Amino acid sequence: MMSLEARAVRHEESEPASVLETQSLTRRFGSLIAVDNFTVQVKGGEMFGLVGPNGAGKSTVIKMLTTLLPPSSGNASIAGYDILNHAPDVRRVIGYVPQLLSADGSLTGYENLLIFAKLYNLPRNERKERVQEALDFMGLAEVADNLAKTYSGGMIRRLEIAQSMLHRPKVLFLDEPTVGLDPIARTTVWEHIEKLRDNYGTTILLTTHYMEEADALCTRVAVMHLGKVVAIGTTTALKESVGPNATLNDVFVHYAGYELESGGSFRDVSRTRRVAQRLG
Amino acid sequence: MQHLRLRYALWSVYDFVAKTMTIAELEARKLHHDPTELVTRAVQPALWILIFGEVLAHAQAIPTGNLPYLDFMVPGILAQSVLFVAIFYGIAVIWERDLGILHKLLVSPAPRAALVLGKALSAGERGLVQCAIIYFLGLALGVRLNPNFFAILGVLLIAVLGAALFSTFSLIIACVVKTRERFMGIGQILTMPLFFASNAIYPIAIMPQWLKYVSEFNPLTYQVDALRSLMIEGSASVYGLGFDLAAMLVGTAILVVICAHLYPKTIN
Repeated sequence: MMSLEARAVRHEESEPASVLETQSLTRRFGSLIAVDNFTVQVKGGEMFGLVGPNGAGKSTVIKMLTTLLPPSSGNASIAGYDILNHAPDVRRVIGYVPQLLSADGSLTGYENLLIFAKLYNLPRNERKERVQEALDFMGLAEVADNLAKTYSGGMIRRLEIAQSMLHRPKVLFLDEPTVGLDPIARTTVWEHIEKLRDNYGTTILLTTHYMEEADALCTRVAVMHLGKVVAIGTTTALKESVGPNATLNDVFVHYAGYELESGGSFRDVSRTRRVAQRLG
Repeated sequence: MQHLRLRYALWSVYDFVAKTMTIAELEARKLHHDPTELVTRAVQPALWILIFGEVLAHAQAIPTGNLPYLDFMVPGILAQSVLFVAIFYGIAVIWERDLGILHKLLVSPAPRAALVLGKALSAGERGLVQCAIIYFLGLALGVRLNPNFFAILGVLLIAVLGAALFSTFSLIIACVVKTRERFMGIGQILTMPLFFASNAIYPIAIMPQWLKYVSEFNPLTYQVDALRSLMIEGSASVYGLGFDLAAMLVGTAILVVICAHLYPKTIN
């Protein structure tokens, strides 16, 4: 109890307050260091991007922050709750859209949302209203009673984002939100993510290996390579630091000393294709 | 302080029950959208009763005391069909892990044990349908079914509990082996010993001594014993209904606790 109060006081003192802070967050798998001393601070209402190729450690960071994976060392706090000692509290104040498809295809869009409204303790008398609001917000009202497996890839992603927003989380984690989507669906999803931040002031942390996505959406990004943060800052500042007319791609190549490839390991490719196939 | 703690404890219990029911509701809604699975599941118990049961009843090869053989084996086949539904149930968690549904459930504030128990109860929903099928077959074949309302209610309860117990066991195996292929192999290996080392289709009395010992550690034995005494007129429980129920409840509780611990590890 004491530590909570202490933390709250510290938040009031620091200006502006960080909603998400990590301290040397590290995760090892055997001898592999998947995430190495990850330290960032994300302010309220910020759209923060973790960029880097497959295998850079982005998803591992998200798994640790969403309490799915315990860190090997280090800690993080979200809205004042630390992920090691207050995991259940952390779960109440965050929303999460996994990279994999997480909507249930054998339920309707409405049911997908209703079940999560119940799991997140939305008051009984507000449930229907909030579900309807989420459906309207994501442009899914007309297909609410169709099974989710009949949805297009972009619609499924919007449904999943709606699910993760029902309880108005302080921080929303989006892991590769547009992987496997066609360009039009991608733009629609981007628009909805921006609308979300504008309307609800949600702090969003997203991962992507599409540099143009990070450029379009994020105010600040951390460039990750082989588990390490190699650069961090606003997209504009990072581009300027590399040279005139530099793109985020150039930023990445500059800081990681590594050419971006579309490759990735067999596992990454098969996973991406599987997602793409189900979305298709 | 005392007061607050009590309120928190009560709220936790309420929350646990509510979340468990939400997960069970989720599965019920899926079944409602696609009930074909329920129809195909009716085939196997029907074959067991109509072919195996009828043949052995005519042969009069198995001593079942004052009960006709069909009357003896019908509750056993109910337990068996519920077991078969439940024992492969764990594959669902592997499937949901591969899809990402499990990740999202684990990030929700629902207690992990509620995620497990809700899943287990949804196996029970399927068990209830098996009850209806078996009662129908029993009626058609002139089995002396006990028509007492509370006895039938008891049968339904035991079937749901049995399904919950074995599906949780199955979920634990899924959490440990993590892949579909390995899981299917192990499921196949487990079903037959569980079934044959029980009193489902012959009395424990005719077993060799070593198998008698094994059957006493088999939860299916207690499930069948309870089902038989509740379902069939003129049948009495061997171990006592209270003991049967307690054995199953304790077994389920232990398995749920173990499984809730393993559940989050499935995704890594």
